[in-house]
Amino acid sequence: MSAQDLEIALALAAALFVIGLAGMIARRSLVFMLLCAEIMLNAAGFAFIVAGARWGRPEGQTMFIFLLVTAAAEVAVGLALILALSGRLKDLDADEMRSGGA
Amino acid sequence: MNALLAIAALVAVASTMAVVLQRRAVHALLYLIVSFFALAVAMLSLGAAFAAALEVVVYAGAILVLFVFVVMMIGSEGPVPGPKAWIGPACLSVVLLGELAYAFFAAPGLLAPAGSPTAAVSPKEVGLALFGPYAVCVEIAAFLLLSGLVGAYHIGRRDPGSRPGGGKT
Repeated sequence: MSAQDLEIALALAAALFVIGLAGMIARRSLVFMLLCAEIMLNAAGFAFIVAGARWGRPEGQTMFIFLLVTAAAEVAVGLALILALSGRLKDLDADEMRSGGA
Repeated sequence: MNALLAIAALVAVASTMAVVLQRRAVHALLYLIVSFFALAVAMLSLGAAFAAALEVVVYAGAILVLFVFVVMMIGSEGPVPGPKAWIGPACLSVVLLGELAYAFFAAPGLLAPAGSPTAAVSPKEVGLALFGPYAVCVEIAAFLLLSGLVGAYHIGRRDPGSRPGGGKT
């Protein structure tokens, strides 16, 4: 793995994380916010893979598997919360919850 | 320089931007699946084949399908997306397919960088690490999955006796 590859891969991970963060801040729909959390988790996992590939060690992929488990549990609980709120919030708007809509 | 990685990175950034910019959640999910495919190709080009397979199977195959189920169950999305919604994701996927075909048939050396000091990390090494020094972490991950399952069930159940939303402790 050349240094240029390393730069491209790490830049990709950083770009994905920033896009997810921007979406999390900008979007108000709960579904989109959860999607952006997924994007950020995935970017962090990719950074682990890149580091593991750089040193030729399996620990990067091991950490990726643990991140996968975390993401699965998070999505299960988050989507259950969204489903429970979907009857009471119009458009699942996060601002609505702050104003006491729930 | 690894052209496979660079093109996959471009596709990943483009499709992830499209995810954030979509108005409807179903369209965003389509682009997010393409984004995960692109990341899987990038991982493959880095020699992490096991993680690439997991990315497709678990992220695109399980987690996003869960998202699609819930978006459809909420039903605030209006009608099912028409054929026009598929054009953008399909074009990006064709780029990835071309990359994979090129890597498998024309330049197999790209996927397993021979000669470099950091060759591909095989699934066997990952498994040995996972169930050797990190076995305790695997058990803790199992606890986490179980608690996620119980939590999702508890939040999602609807029995008339409890308060709405299952807010019982």
